[in-house]
Amino acid sequence: MDGPQEKPHLLEIRGLVKAFPGVLALDGINFTLRHGEVHALLGENGAGKSTLIKALTGVHPPDAGTFLLDGVAIAPRDVADAQRLQIGTVYQEVNLLPNLTVAQNLFLGREPTRFGLVQGAQMRQLSRVLLADYGLDIDVGLPLGQYSVAVQQVVAIARAVDLSAKVLILDEPTASLDLQEVAMLFTVMRGLKARGIGIIFVTHFLDQVFAISDRITVLRNGRLVGERVTATLSRRELVGMMLGHDLAAQQKQGPADAVAAKGPALISFRKVGKRRYLEPFDLEIRPGEVVGVAGLLGSGRTETAKLAFGITRADAGTILVEGKPVHLRSPRQAVRLGFGFCPEDRKVEGIVGALSVRENIILALQARRGWLNRLSRREQQAIADRFIKLLDIRTPDADRPIEVLSGGNQQKAILARWLATEPRFLILDEPTRGIDVGAHDEIIRLIKRLRSEGLALLTISSELEEIVSYSDRIVVLRDRHHVGALTGSDVSVERIMSTIAATGADAGARAPAAPDRPLASLTLP
Amino acid sequence: MTMIRTLRSFHGATQVAVLLAVLLANWLVFPGFFAIRLQDGRLFGSLIDVLNRGSPVALLTLGMTLVIATGGIDLSVGAVMAIAGAVAATLTRDGQGLPVVLAVSLAAGLACGLWNGLLVAVLRIQPIVATLILMVAGRGIAQLITEGQIVTFVNPQLSALGSGEFLTVPMPVVIALGMLVLSLLLTRATALGMLIESVGINRVASAFAGINTGAVIVAVYVWCGLCSAVAGVIVAADIRGADANNAGLWLEMDAILAVVVGGTSLLGGRFGLAPAIVGAFIIQGMNTGILLSGFKPEFNLIVKATVIMIVLLVQSPAWRTFSLPSLPSLQRKHPGRTVP
Repeated sequence: MDGPQEKPHLLEIRGLVKAFPGVLALDGINFTLRHGEVHALLGENGAGKSTLIKALTGVHPPDAGTFLLDGVAIAPRDVADAQRLQIGTVYQEVNLLPNLTVAQNLFLGREPTRFGLVQGAQMRQLSRVLLADYGLDIDVGLPLGQYSVAVQQVVAIARAVDLSAKVLILDEPTASLDLQEVAMLFTVMRGLKARGIGIIFVTHFLDQVFAISDRITVLRNGRLVGERVTATLSRRELVGMMLGHDLAAQQKQGPADAVAAKGPALISFRKVGKRRYLEPFDLEIRPGEVVGVAGLLGSGRTETAKLAFGITRADAGTILVEGKPVHLRSPRQAVRLGFGFCPEDRKVEGIVGALSVRENIILALQARRGWLNRLSRREQQAIADRFIKLLDIRTPDADRPIEVLSGGNQQKAILARWLATEPRFLILDEPTRGIDVGAHDEIIRLIKRLRSEGLALLTISSELEEIVSYSDRIVVLRDRHHVGALTGSDVSVERIMSTIAATGADAGARAPAAPDRPLASLTLP
Repeated sequence: MTMIRTLRSFHGATQVAVLLAVLLANWLVFPGFFAIRLQDGRLFGSLIDVLNRGSPVALLTLGMTLVIATGGIDLSVGAVMAIAGAVAATLTRDGQGLPVVLAVSLAAGLACGLWNGLLVAVLRIQPIVATLILMVAGRGIAQLITEGQIVTFVNPQLSALGSGEFLTVPMPVVIALGMLVLSLLLTRATALGMLIESVGINRVASAFAGINTGAVIVAVYVWCGLCSAVAGVIVAADIRGADANNAGLWLEMDAILAVVVGGTSLLGGRFGLAPAIVGAFIIQGMNTGILLSGFKPEFNLIVKATVIMIVLLVQSPAWRTFSLPSLPSLQRKHPGRTVP
């Protein structure tokens, strides 16, 4: 794919390997960054993007592989060392000091001095000149924290570049920016390109990838899927690369046993949304129905779940349960309504690690009964034993702290926590993530069984075959919009991918932007 | 299961063993330590002194244990003691009867706890900062109540709470034990104890499971305020007066120490009220022992520090894995999943 080159590429990574206990995070990755290009690094959760950047910036020293900067081998020891080697990094969470002024941040550790005293006026003057290159005319004497994240990011970029960066890594810089801010950032990026700086751009907004990047490298499960020139790649191909499906091999599917539930909806979401979080959506779920939620990372899948469970309060729309409007302002209210939620991040949001399996299982039921109405030890034991048997939770006994169990068994215990409350509506966010194959199949069988028992389920998964196998309907998300609903024979991996990749997505998808592609339309030249 | 049970009983056993060792050491430096005599219907002796003098800190420890179990801390317990003592002394001096005095001074403690709880749970101020406010301001409030004077009173009924006895046992000990039983009932006969532990271990997961985490947190600070007020009234009753400057001064440190010595982690989570109480008496046992031994009081702090280090060492995970290789590894697995 590379043409013959007389001079070496800006940065070459060859055969990069990094293993963590139990996981091969990077498996022989090759990556090439050319002078003056924006190179998007893409992949779903756990693909290895972060690990690659951490290896390159010396945070996680690689187990094998070489880094060549302008043809010279380098081995950064830490972030500061990487910066000395002319590799600068700007993170989504700006890692500058918000209580210092803009000028102080720009010149931190290298302040212009005379007789040992910092020359404040000179520093501010230099800062103004520096930022003028980025089209930024702000009062550099004010604390950085008073400016928007976008300005802070540009300041961080200016600092990194001024510290003589040749390689600039932007790790999800646009995640919390609005449209104009993204446009401003892109202008800055184009300016840097023109100066020959190579930019590694990590993001999960596909529109932005097509709007700004020259090349795309996709990782999946720690492996290199491939490098492509953006102009020759269609959105469908890209989505296929990221999700791991060969487009040619797509056929069949739809849940063989799907019998769409009839009757009135149990839960209805009417124009429910939250500004800067998730665009308003309509969704109805009937008893005995599984609604799948599909979309790329960051498309609003988990946000949908958190709005539906009252964790994040919607600022628009109404929620009806059995036709009656309800207030949903906290998980506690959701639990009282008979909702349950198995979160994606089991360790942080699901298990209460040091409590026993028994206590974890009865936790939601006990919370709903109230603290005065304690389940006796015997009742607790009976409930725990029942679900340990029913869901085949492998633990020596119910009094073992849940944190010593395997991921799959923890997940089953969290499911048991909700089943013990006899819920009407269950939200499962990535129910099979990070668990072994055996438990994986059991959880899918369980989902099907719960559906047949009349539960309403909302299931989020990035495993498309899996979600297709049990969903009656699938809601597809893109860039925090609900962009499609697939029913009946449309419930297929192929249709999900084409919906995600929609918007006139053939080769070089830079056709006039559709209205629901605001980011791209704003940033197109 | 048996291994976990062994581990738990091992926890409480450590504190009891250390307490016995401290008492034994006291006996070695002061042979009359275990001598107890009955006089005028009341028990006297050094051992009784340890229990009697240790009771105020033991009371503070009850509330502090629950606060620490939620991952918080309450620095204001000493100041709340001073407030409650000042209220009790001033009202008694002004001729109020015992029921009114008790009701108002305990209500003051509850109000202080509610203030702390709201700062921590609703405004989400870090507990150490939130309670520092009342630690500083509380002593000022107490001084305002006493108008800067040491308020003394004569009221045999109230004094009996500090220096009286019940079935030969000094009243403060009886009250401390009564509050221990009440605290155990409140946390273990209801689901509150488990909810406190759950919130302390993982507040986010607890909230997602439908627990009213804010109410749980307010509740423990309120209980802590009540326990502190009881301690404050006992101390005021004992000295028949209120000294807003010195009542309960630095006792928050002893209470925190007692909780840690009692095996409850400052990170929150599993708690044990009884081991914490034993921890309070370990501290008092050392105080008394050094006085009895005739060592200079300066040694007190060094000896205390040494004993506490030993207790913490025995409880530390490193020591446990070293001495009990058969225990299951409780280390959390980090599967190395990275979030690009």
